Amino acid sequence: MTETKKSVTDRIWDFFCSLKLAIVIVLLLALTSIIGTIILQNGAPADYIREYGQANYELFKKLQFIDMYHSTWFIGLLALFGMNLICCSIKNFPRVWKFVKEPTLVAGSGIFKNSANRAEFSCKESKQQVAEKITTLLNSEFAKITRTEKDEKIYLFAQKGIYSRFGAYITHLSILIIMAGAVIGNVWGYKAYVNIVEGSSIDQVRSRNGTGPIDLGFTVRCDDFDVSYYPNSNRPKDYNSDLVILEDGQEILRKRIEVNDPLTYKGIKFYQSSYGSAGNAFFKVRVTEKKTGEVMDLKALQGKHAQLPGGYSFTVTNFTENDRNFGPAMQLHVNTPDGKHGAPFVIWQNHPKLDIKRGGAFSFALHGFEQPQYTGLQVARDPGVNIVWAGCFLIVFGSLTAFFFSHKRIWVCLEDNGKKTKILMAGNAHRNQPGFSLAFDELQQKVEATAKDESPKKEG
Amino acid sequence: MDSGQLFNITTIAYFAAMVLFFAYIATKNKTVALVATLSSLAGFLIQTTALGLRWYESYQILGADGRAPLTNLYESVVFFAWSILLIYLLMDWKYKQRTIGAFVLPIALFSMLWAQMSLHSSIDPLVPALQSNWLTYHVITCFLGYAGFAVAFGVSIMYLLKIGKEEKHQGNEPMGGILGMFPPTKVLDDMNYKAIMIGFPLLTLGIVTGAAWAYYAWGTYWSWDPKETWSLIVWFLYAAFLHARFTRGWVGRRAAWLSVIGFAATLFCYLGVNLVLSGLHSYGSG
Repeated sequence: MTETKKSVTDRIWDFFCSLKLAIVIVLLLALTSIIGTIILQNGAPADYIREYGQANYELFKKLQFIDMYHSTWFIGLLALFGMNLICCSIKNFPRVWKFVKEPTLVAGSGIFKNSANRAEFSCKESKQQVAEKITTLLNSEFAKITRTEKDEKIYLFAQKGIYSRFGAYITHLSILIIMAGAVIGNVWGYKAYVNIVEGSSIDQVRSRNGTGPIDLGFTVRCDDFDVSYYPNSNRPKDYNSDLVILEDGQEILRKRIEVNDPLTYKGIKFYQSSYGSAGNAFFKVRVTEKKTGEVMDLKALQGKHAQLPGGYSFTVTNFTENDRNFGPAMQLHVNTPDGKHGAPFVIWQNHPKLDIKRGGAFSFALHGFEQPQYTGLQVARDPGVNIVWAGCFLIVFGSLTAFFFSHKRIWVCLEDNGKKTKILMAGNAHRNQPGFSLAFDELQQKVEATAKDESPKKEG
Repeated sequence: MDSGQLFNITTIAYFAAMVLFFAYIATKNKTVALVATLSSLAGFLIQTTALGLRWYESYQILGADGRAPLTNLYESVVFFAWSILLIYLLMDWKYKQRTIGAFVLPIALFSMLWAQMSLHSSIDPLVPALQSNWLTYHVITCFLGYAGFAVAFGVSIMYLLKIGKEEKHQGNEPMGGILGMFPPTKVLDDMNYKAIMIGFPLLTLGIVTGAAWAYYAWGTYWSWDPKETWSLIVWFLYAAFLHARFTRGWVGRRAAWLSVIGFAATLFCYLGVNLVLSGLHSYGSG
């Protein structure tokens, strides 16, 4: 009973450790990830129903395709991947450690019989002499030789790149570190957004997953927002906001943020992300009363009466940014104190004196128009991000070690065989065997030539 | 002389190199192979100059807003061709297998033709999101990675063409004909692996630099947008390739097929996502 139980645990353990599982999971992750790039993620129900119909929408909901990268099954697959990585590492690490602690200095007959790369040849010189020559050759062509004499035989052993055996573990560990960082960020961090109208301040932001407002614990004020455009185009060059951090009314920090350059305070980052108009645009109009010569700077909203002295008022009825290449222009009319609309007329910003010639009690000049704006900020707090970066560094470092180096070993055994010396040679690389076998063939030819005291054979 | 003209000369050089590589396979004349290799090297050097010139031109046109020539579809396709040549020439230097050129140069040539004939080559100023040094690091690492996979693809096609005939081939006589000119299948298989081994860490670095940039620009290092997801799909595919090979001995035919599938996914990640799907990387389609 105990035995069957143990074998079940063993089987489960082997299942989690297996490389087959790793490959299957990785391919499954690749395959299923495609779904979320084809089906819109986190859209409104109406979008799906329009595109795929009601029945398919219900199916998608059931299969969690609407937000598949956060679905139970996808997270489950990722968790299984993590488990697999941990189990593989636990299972294989002691074996790798053994390579470091106890290198196989004396090759058993198995190595010479079963290695993918092996050779056997003989030469006339004594085994001591040949061993010397081969040692010198391999020391310079491969790696430092360790020599062991046992049972009348001479064993030579050399290895290269043993550290590369750890590359894979560093890479696997780094994936787990990245996963851990992502989990920490998701649990203890948040992603939010806020719009601040120029000149105003906020102390709360809105979570992006709709869980209500989040208190920042300090105040953020936007003093100014600017967009600049490339010359002769409406392509934005830069947009930036002057942000001020305030605590208890005290100014703590001030920074002009722009796209790609956020502000960080107490682990919370504010990213310039969008902008828009807040409230109505107003016109700056300079009015001169002709009788008195009095000059007034007034703000006027389109369609609204703006008061003038003596019961008069005026109304802006239309505005254009460019009137037939004359630049910004607006149409307005003057209302008399008894409520009659005067005839509409046009003034041009670039020609402020033109209106003086028009009859009437007042002359008008357009001095520009202003649109109050808000700045749109992404707000994020991610306490896991540095862990993710550490993982990223390790994954690059680890994969370079793992891929560009392999643990290569060469064994040679020399024994007397009558008057001749029999030489057995075997080699092994823990990965990229085809590449190594090319190198081994070359090395083996050199060894054979040296042993037989010939210059190396020409290839092929 | 402007960069556009130099890119045209580059295209001609790659075309000449490709034709010469074909001629080499047909004639087995070593001189032809040498001229072909020199022609691709010359094209590569001219293209390098052209890239530098275009970089300089961007400062002439945009003043202080000049930038590395890596910012739109045209520039990326041209850089893709350049990356392929870089990886190819390195592999050629290491392996000296001249016939590989016949299967790699066409990819670079096609990229150059497409860029020069039908993509917008104007130097436009950058939208704010692209104004970052991360752009340069991200694009360079990704494209060198893609280039590694492109070379692996070319080699895999050669492998698949040769292996069928080789298995049927009897006796110890070396194979004759065109396929006989191809490197031994063992060498092709090894080159496939080596090219992916170059590509994979570079793709990893490309994804990491992309994540870092996204973090500075948008506040989140990973948001599962289609481009990010597809780059991860490509990463998973080649990770599977490497693991299958490391430990289960998936060499030969299956490895070659995986390499072909991986490159198809790479192309989709690079072009398909921009042309078919939509997302944050929509800059690339301009």
